[in-house]
Amino acid sequence: MVSLDTVSSPTPQKRSNLSIAIICAGIVLGMVGLSYAAVPLYQLFCQVTGFGGTTQVSAGNVNGIIDRTMSVRFDSNISSDLQWTVKPAPTMTDKIGVVQVVNYVATNTSDKEITATATFNVAPDIAGAYFNKIECFCFTEQTLAPGESVEMPITFFLDPDLDGVPELDTVREITLSYTFFNVDTGSS
Amino acid sequence: MAEAVAGQQGAHDHPTGWRRYVYSTNHKDIGTMYLYFAIFAGIFGGVLSGLMRWELAEPGIQVFHGLASMVYGFEGDAAIDGGKEMFNVFTTAHGLIMVFFMVMPALIGGFGNWFVPIMIGAPDMAFPRMNNISFWLLPAAFTLLLMSLFFEGAPGSFGAGIGWTAYAPLSTTGSPGPAVDFAILSLHLAGASSILGAINFITTIFNMRAPGMTMHKMPLFPWSVLVTAFLLLLSLPVLAGAITMLLTDRNFGTAFFSPEGGGDPILYQHLFWFFGHPEVYVLILPAFGIVSHIVSTFSKKPIFGYLGMVYAMVAIGFVGFVVWAHHMYTTGLSLDVQRYFVAATMVIAVPTGVKIFSWIATMWGGSITFRTPMLWALGFIFLFTVGGVTGVVLANAGADRALHDTYYVVAHFHYTMSLGATFGVFAGWYYWYPKMFGHMYNEFLANIHFWLTFIGVNMVFFPQHFLGLAGMPRRYVDYPDAFAFWNYISSLGYLVTLVGVTVFVWVIVEARLKKRATTDNPWGEGATTLEWTLTSPPPFHQFETLPRIK
Repeated sequence: MVSLDTVSSPTPQKRSNLSIAIICAGIVLGMVGLSYAAVPLYQLFCQVTGFGGTTQVSAGNVNGIIDRTMSVRFDSNISSDLQWTVKPAPTMTDKIGVVQVVNYVATNTSDKEITATATFNVAPDIAGAYFNKIECFCFTEQTLAPGESVEMPITFFLDPDLDGVPELDTVREITLSYTFFNVDTGSS
Repeated sequence: MAEAVAGQQGAHDHPTGWRRYVYSTNHKDIGTMYLYFAIFAGIFGGVLSGLMRWELAEPGIQVFHGLASMVYGFEGDAAIDGGKEMFNVFTTAHGLIMVFFMVMPALIGGFGNWFVPIMIGAPDMAFPRMNNISFWLLPAAFTLLLMSLFFEGAPGSFGAGIGWTAYAPLSTTGSPGPAVDFAILSLHLAGASSILGAINFITTIFNMRAPGMTMHKMPLFPWSVLVTAFLLLLSLPVLAGAITMLLTDRNFGTAFFSPEGGGDPILYQHLFWFFGHPEVYVLILPAFGIVSHIVSTFSKKPIFGYLGMVYAMVAIGFVGFVVWAHHMYTTGLSLDVQRYFVAATMVIAVPTGVKIFSWIATMWGGSITFRTPMLWALGFIFLFTVGGVTGVVLANAGADRALHDTYYVVAHFHYTMSLGATFGVFAGWYYWYPKMFGHMYNEFLANIHFWLTFIGVNMVFFPQHFLGLAGMPRRYVDYPDAFAFWNYISSLGYLVTLVGVTVFVWVIVEARLKKRATTDNPWGEGATTLEWTLTSPPPFHQFETLPRIK
């Protein structure tokens, strides 16, 4: 047995206690940073991959039109604190690849001006990557005067690459859903 | 060596009275405080679950409306509604208390502080004052959680009824009252305590091993605490980030998890489970370490496949970080993502199996004595294996569709944690009790404690498999009559366990009164780690002459 003074280094140390603690503290700070970095990264990831039914934004269809047909259903949901009615566009069926323009009709049923915004996704989720929007009211906030009613257009097409996805082989119908929120009442 | 220790002891500060504990920088005193804190919190959390089991003994609402009018002063129909929400508050508080204020303080703070320095031949922890802060943050955190019970949570009710997972939007717009803020701040403090503790353990284990104690000679318990500390270091900050986002979403108008502001509530689940899954290994790994020592001691054989055991724990730690979305199969993940998480989750069964079979192989051909700690260790292996098997069932995304949020899941994680981890705690308690306190308990009474607990908890949780398979959802105060029978059995099991807890308290009181003499090593030749070379209890400062490991 070797006698040493109490707390003086028991084994030859490559690093001091303090530097190990500082490295650990750095790891902790880095992980906190990563958890916040996850927010924009998650958003980016959804936009790029169509994860969870996130739709794509596109300038136009360059892949042409194919023979397979697909129905698109339209759906709208309204947050409980938003005094609007929104009538979705009727279901349409056409060949995959054709650029379509449809209209939602929104009406402000309250007696004051309300600004709203909409989130959206498609079902089945995996179709999100092939649902391309060229123009959509959902890209901007909408303000309606009391009692005002407007048509809100969406210009979109389905990417023909959709035909090569085995999970969509049996799918004949895709649903595009919007949920409208009051911007003024916000999250809190 | 003992003489040298005694001779030098006077040179060091040995505070007495309340200063000895409040200002403590001594790893053994801090460990003892952690253990008593864990016993207190465990009994508190156990009372909560007892009231829930009482309520669930029969269909209908029998208990909680009365409880709500007693505690919060609700009258009439308001008491029924208040009682329903109070049940949610109880499930939340029970979960948080058992995870953060019972199992973690007992295994990591308690046994970790007591025995990691001793087993690696170190005089104390690397940062003794930080150790003190780590402990004293916990009572503060616990107080915040208790306070949350008495503030408004969901509109018209008291307490944070958001589940231990605190999913948005229930925890944001769903519970606007300050109760949830108290609960979040409580988690912040408990998390800070654990992070500081983890830094302390990592530094201690890397820097303060005795001469000759290489990493590959280090006993399995310090190894398990080292892996645990790394899991905490990497996962807790993510929880801290996620609940900070909850806090700012609730109070400062950010929209991390609110879709109307461009956020996504599912992101919270990803962040939470990135913490939450490693967290369940945090709860079980130190118990693995303790059980390894006990099985080896009472089989009078060295542990079978030491290196395999070490790297199985390291592997469990690594894989534990890449399986989090198996808690989220029903959130709309694509099939490919689900396939990956199914496969990755099942992979965890491999290193876990290595550990189970190594324990069995250690016992094989050994000279086994069924002393009290060995009973608890065997109980641990049995119960944890049952929980692990149902875990493999739940790993399948297809099966999970049917079983998600049913009592099958409740039964699964209680078999691994409530029964597994807690049996690990009791195993360690009875294994090290004579070493920590310098006297022996009544083994006959302690064996009764074991058998009552073993029968009781199996009666509580095994029927819950049936309830889950029959489709009973978790987290509800009431259920249809069809589920009445097995719920009744389950509640009877709680009563058996309750008698077990009473016997546990009796064992401690009886041991304190009798003060049976014990030796430095009461377990014989099988106990080979360094703590058994010290006196019982160990000197206030040990290893002033460092041991040299061959």
